[in-house]
Amino acid sequence: MTEHVSSAVLDVRGLCVEFPGRHGTVQALSDVSLTIRPGEILGVVGESGAGKSMTGLAVQGLLEPPGRISGGEVWLGGRRIDQLDDKAMQQVRGRQIGAIFQDPLTSLNPLFTVGAQLVETIRLHLKLSKADAKARAIQLLKEVGIPAPEARYDHYPHQFSGGMRQRVVIALALAAEPKLIIADEPTTALDVSIQAQITSLLRRLCDDHGTAVMLVTHDMGVIAETADRVAVMYAGRLVEIGPVAEVIKNARHPYTRGLMGSIPALGRRVERLNQIDGSMPRLNAIPTGCAFNPRCTDAGPRCRKERPEPVPVGTGVSACWLNAGGVL
Amino acid sequence: MSDALTVNDLTCNFDVSAPWLNRVIERKPKQFVRAVDDISFTVPMGGCLSLVGESGCGKSTVARLVTGLYRASEGEVRFAPGKDGEQLSAQMIFQDPYASLNPRWRVRNIIAEPLRELKLRNTEAEIMERVGELLTIVGLAPSDGSKFPHEFSGGQRQRISIARALAGEPEFLVCDEPTSALDVSVQAQILNLMRKLQDEMGLTYLFISHDMSVVRHMSDRIAVMYLGRIVEEADTETLFANPRHPYTQLLLETIPDITHPKRGRSIAASEVPSPLNPPSGCTFHPRCPLADQRCKSERPAMRSFADGSRAACHRVEETVKAVKAA
Repeated sequence: MTEHVSSAVLDVRGLCVEFPGRHGTVQALSDVSLTIRPGEILGVVGESGAGKSMTGLAVQGLLEPPGRISGGEVWLGGRRIDQLDDKAMQQVRGRQIGAIFQDPLTSLNPLFTVGAQLVETIRLHLKLSKADAKARAIQLLKEVGIPAPEARYDHYPHQFSGGMRQRVVIALALAAEPKLIIADEPTTALDVSIQAQITSLLRRLCDDHGTAVMLVTHDMGVIAETADRVAVMYAGRLVEIGPVAEVIKNARHPYTRGLMGSIPALGRRVERLNQIDGSMPRLNAIPTGCAFNPRCTDAGPRCRKERPEPVPVGTGVSACWLNAGGVL
Repeated sequence: MSDALTVNDLTCNFDVSAPWLNRVIERKPKQFVRAVDDISFTVPMGGCLSLVGESGCGKSTVARLVTGLYRASEGEVRFAPGKDGEQLSAQMIFQDPYASLNPRWRVRNIIAEPLRELKLRNTEAEIMERVGELLTIVGLAPSDGSKFPHEFSGGQRQRISIARALAGEPEFLVCDEPTSALDVSVQAQILNLMRKLQDEMGLTYLFISHDMSVVRHMSDRIAVMYLGRIVEEADTETLFANPRHPYTQLLLETIPDITHPKRGRSIAASEVPSPLNPPSGCTFHPRCPLADQRCKSERPAMRSFADGSRAACHRVEETVKAVKAA
């Protein structure tokens, strides 16, 4: 498969992640396949514990031991990266994959100025002189919308507000012009008015540089306004992928439909929200067949026995027997 | 309809000064944060008023002032007389269901504590019977009482918090971001439960949230807070249809909407100023697209309108005057 050719920046095929433990092995991700093209934002959405952050970490080779990739392949720009050793992976991270995490305070070192942190990252990955690296750092700060970048260059992280810190983190992720940015809940710690600023910044940078973005979030609103396509995860599996507007208006999977119905709408007021009863199963007790079957109103005998494979439906992909030959 | 809760000119200052020795050596004055600045509102009996705003605007401080967890610097909080002629009894539901339940207590003891403390039941058998009832009301099984909090998911824990709040037989519930730690599908379960309880028990809610869509679902009336002040208050439908204050407009503009996504909009970079050193005049003026000289110097007064809403903004006032003159 070395002659693999694909227009996608990121191509994940059948990715499985497991955590061996004293009480048996926990399957954290099971058969996850997705692709992201240049300049595309793929939203990955799901409830806590659905495996959305795990997908991002596995792609970056940042799984905490004893967690390990137990199956599948990860291709980045035509190169397979899931089998690389730690040293080679360090070259990939930062240079080819930029990362943005949820909490901007913990992703910056409080003891160094943001300028020093930017220059360190730039010089690690690009062969630039100190002066050129500084010029690039200031250019990056300007690009992410930080006012007076020359003065801010010498400031410490605590002198920035939450939204401004997240901009610095985005500048760091962009420092080496990576092909792919993995943004894990980049706006969750921020207020809505700041959140809107950050998502529109991400959108603009993605359009300007042709960077592919994996946007991991639990907030469907952020996805609706930022992403091109969305992947919905449940209990470590992908249940649906498709264009954002299509998934929101015309979801194929009962879980996605339930999720959309449970979001209070801004436009109209309803007496009672549509709720999905029960809660997501623990990863060590995933029911046989379709993982969603105990909570699904449309489930039939087949859903309890056989696991549905993702099949193309319309413009997307859905893993549900309703779309693949019936539930009986 | 009479008012269940009346809050008049409530102000709360926090002392954030440096320690005494530092103040003496560095010759710094004492420093205060005005977390809640001269706010007034009422909550009608059986209704639901929501306070919304971004972090640091003082909404949780108001919740704690109302329930008496903080002492007000000025102003008053007055509950109407309840069923027994005494003040209405109030209970609170907290934001984080992981931090608000004692991990070493069994669930039945967590829920029984208000019953024992307030002596609402006489014998142990009656207390346990009531605990079982409360667990059933919030959608759990009476047998769950023998478990510990860690055996429950976030949504189930929030149900336990609600059961504990209901144990005190309150007529007024203060809910401080009760669903912000939960996933959306679980949030829907909890919001539905809270609406059902309100209908069945005739509860009055003071609901605190930063999420406009949750607030719209839950409340009859909404008060928007900014840097410790209420900038606008209106009935839910009026506020969404006709937001008057520029801050409310900004808030509504920035909420992501899944059915009508506002893609490709450009938002000016602006942030909430530090409450330690709030801007002069109208505190919103550095972010306001309509601000003029007067907004920088003079604090706008709260003004009532014909449709029952209130707003504190010079420009809104001027527009109304201009319309009247024309």
